[in-house]
Amino acid sequence: MRHFLYAAAAVAAFATPVAAETIAITGGRVVVGDGSAPIEGGTVVIRDGKIVAAGARVTIPAGARQIDATGKWVTPGVFAGFTRLGLAEVDAVNGTNDKSGGKSGFSAAIDVAPAIDPFRSPFAVNRAAGVTRAVVAPEAADNIFAGQGAIADLGADGNPVTKARAFQFAEFGEDGAASAGGSRAGTHLHFRAMLREAQDYAAGRGTFDDDLLKAEDAKALLSVLRGETRLLIHVEGANDMLRLMELKREFPAIKVVFVGVSEGWRVARELAQAGIPVIASALNDLPSTFEMLGATQSNIGRMKDAGVQVAIGMINDRDSHQLRYTTQYAGNIVSLQYVPGATGLTWDEAFAAISSVPAEIMGVGDLLGSLKAGRAADVVVWDGDPLELSSAATTVIIDGVEQPLTNRQNRLRDRYARPTEGDLPKAYDR
Amino acid sequence: MAISNTLRSAYLVLPLALMACSNAEGPKTASATPASKPAEKAPTPFPSTYKAYPGVATAIRNVTVYDGEGGKIDNGVVFMTGGKISSVGGPDTAIPAGVNVVDGTGKFVTPGIIDIHSHLGDYPSPSVEAHSDGNEATSPTTPEVWAEHSVWPQDPGFSRALANGGVTALQVLPGSANLMGGRSVVLKNVYARTVQGMKFPDAPYGLKMACGENPKRVYGSKGRMPSTRMGNIAVNRQTWIKAQEYKKKRDSGKEFTRDLGMETLAGVLDGDISIQNHCYRADEMALVLDMAKEFGYKVSTFHHAVESYKIADLLRNNKVCSAVWADWWGFKMEAYDAIPENAAILHNAGACVIIHSDDENQIQRLNQEAAKAQADGRRMGFNISDAEVIKWLTYNPAKALGIDANTGSLRAGKMADVVLWNGNPLSVYARPDKVWIDGALMFDASNPKIRPVSDFELGQPGEGDVK
Repeated sequence: MRHFLYAAAAVAAFATPVAAETIAITGGRVVVGDGSAPIEGGTVVIRDGKIVAAGARVTIPAGARQIDATGKWVTPGVFAGFTRLGLAEVDAVNGTNDKSGGKSGFSAAIDVAPAIDPFRSPFAVNRAAGVTRAVVAPEAADNIFAGQGAIADLGADGNPVTKARAFQFAEFGEDGAASAGGSRAGTHLHFRAMLREAQDYAAGRGTFDDDLLKAEDAKALLSVLRGETRLLIHVEGANDMLRLMELKREFPAIKVVFVGVSEGWRVARELAQAGIPVIASALNDLPSTFEMLGATQSNIGRMKDAGVQVAIGMINDRDSHQLRYTTQYAGNIVSLQYVPGATGLTWDEAFAAISSVPAEIMGVGDLLGSLKAGRAADVVVWDGDPLELSSAATTVIIDGVEQPLTNRQNRLRDRYARPTEGDLPKAYDR
Repeated sequence: MAISNTLRSAYLVLPLALMACSNAEGPKTASATPASKPAEKAPTPFPSTYKAYPGVATAIRNVTVYDGEGGKIDNGVVFMTGGKISSVGGPDTAIPAGVNVVDGTGKFVTPGIIDIHSHLGDYPSPSVEAHSDGNEATSPTTPEVWAEHSVWPQDPGFSRALANGGVTALQVLPGSANLMGGRSVVLKNVYARTVQGMKFPDAPYGLKMACGENPKRVYGSKGRMPSTRMGNIAVNRQTWIKAQEYKKKRDSGKEFTRDLGMETLAGVLDGDISIQNHCYRADEMALVLDMAKEFGYKVSTFHHAVESYKIADLLRNNKVCSAVWADWWGFKMEAYDAIPENAAILHNAGACVIIHSDDENQIQRLNQEAAKAQADGRRMGFNISDAEVIKWLTYNPAKALGIDANTGSLRAGKMADVVLWNGNPLSVYARPDKVWIDGALMFDASNPKIRPVSDFELGQPGEGDVK
């Protein structure tokens, strides 16, 4: 059986996607992903790659293929809030690592979309764990502007980019200062100067093309300045966030999202007032740097209570390979509800923080991230509570297409389930 | 490249460590002093000054007990007094009058969690360059260095490992830049003003060794040996030959010159110091086992052993433990074949499994890592009970460290290193409720006063916060 599945996976990986079917998933505990409570015995109907309906009293269309999810959970696929998916096969093997365009001479213009390789094994491994979409960002090198990131799907169709140039990514705080000559003052100056030079470029004023900015970079930043492209900024410390909020007032049209945000709880009221959404690292609780002295796992819960829109991401935390940790991280945030003095999220809120909320923060909530009608049919059936450590995805559907769940890891598992050799070397066992 | 602030696995810390050492191409010989009398074992220097804090006789009842050796008791009782486990049993277990009684209804008790692979203290938080004390990356063999001389006892990480992870003991190791990285130290997870005050009394020393990519990359990039895996083995064997000669000289009764590095290696050959061997690939582990046979020492544990599943039978037959992550993979070439079923395949083959962290974050969730590994095993048809899985975090690491007579399971007479969890520790929703070390209550989720705050965090934002 597994031989057959592998062959199917290989074909699917290189062929045109299978035409999306009409599918009805019945009998499961349905989680819409918008923060509402699960619906027992619900039905999810998928047609033409989109969600038709999800709920208790849903008519099953004639001819639909039915998937029985009795005793199981049915949810939107996990939307990984901040990743480097598809940008590395083996992090420490340079030829496979496309995270940073550091020596290209460009900065804001860099576009990760063509570097996202869906045939790299992190796609298949994380797909099998129920991750269906991801925010994919470049890494910064010697400029605070790292370049343009994408929204990707984890489908096995060789066509990973949902939305190219979906956002610009920049580094502030310690990492930003390191890219900007060694000080936070330099970061602010670079930020302001590069955006002003982009405006000069647009206005036809001549001196923009200095060592800060090339014409292509200027074009990319103009889109940010006009508010057409979101600006995701990695920032951890409370002071850095306050100063960045002040700096942002000089550029009122920019749509800013903060990423990381370990000390967000210290400025939660200000974040809420400024309407700045965050893609937060869930479990940072150590003073890894001096800008993270206040880090606590209660950060997300406290920000949420203050009215901040919060999704879960995993910047610089195994973010090219282990998107499958996203559900575990969300589960940990739920567990804080049972710890005296700690602040967590309810289960429903936590699941939203890894499905609809990241989609909304990225401006694609009407297209992705939940089981509401009209969204892309990214649906996962789980054999138990998807945030629980013992659970696994049993069916993964992306854009209405059921996905193969095989990967290198389960091929190795099968080969070595009994490690001793048989009649032939292990190399013949497949 | 932005090196993650949250990752300090041995691989990832290397660039920083090397930066710190790049101007330090000094002499590589071990410090040598004229010896005193030969064949006379001097008292161990830097002795432990750890003292158990006072506790009150406490009984936890109506609780689910995982005893750390594979046993489970429903509705059980754990009674500790005088810093020791006194009795463990079912609901009828006698509880003396007048003792502190904790109702464990809906809760679970395990032995204190033990992390066999940590860099708390020698790569502490904040992870600034001035704190990068885990790799003496100036010579491929540095058996003369001792991790305890790098441990900063104010690392905030100790408190997180206690409060979120229920960790009561841990082995702090040198990093993996070197083939022979130096001595490890086993600590009680109790803050003290000095590292001696944290040292686990009478715990044997370990010697950190490393296979594979790290040593050959570090020294090859300096144009020195080893630059290949064959170079790794050659340098190791040459060094063991010297150690055998040193031991012979030491045992001959004649005058000899002390050599700190050789003392450690001779300690390994004597069987007093255990080998804690960073080794990812199956083929390299097999070579190390033969090298150990050649020189007459034993490997206690392969650490980061992501390919152990390929040679589970060999590891079982050689009685070597594998200390593994649940699912780390793909960060370097030698971690490419890691699979989440590693632990389960090993266990099913009868080999010893330990879940380790090598990480200041995952040390807070070793129970969760074990639960994931258990679930991955179940899906391939290997049903490993919860009580057996708890053994991966308690008794097995205690045994591999040589401290199992004192801790690692809930047996009468052992140190009362005990965690009360607010739910099943193999669930993502469970956290430590109370942690006792030698019978003293060192963490209580309900009492902010019973929550350690290191000097570094005093007077800082978030001091004493839930973390």
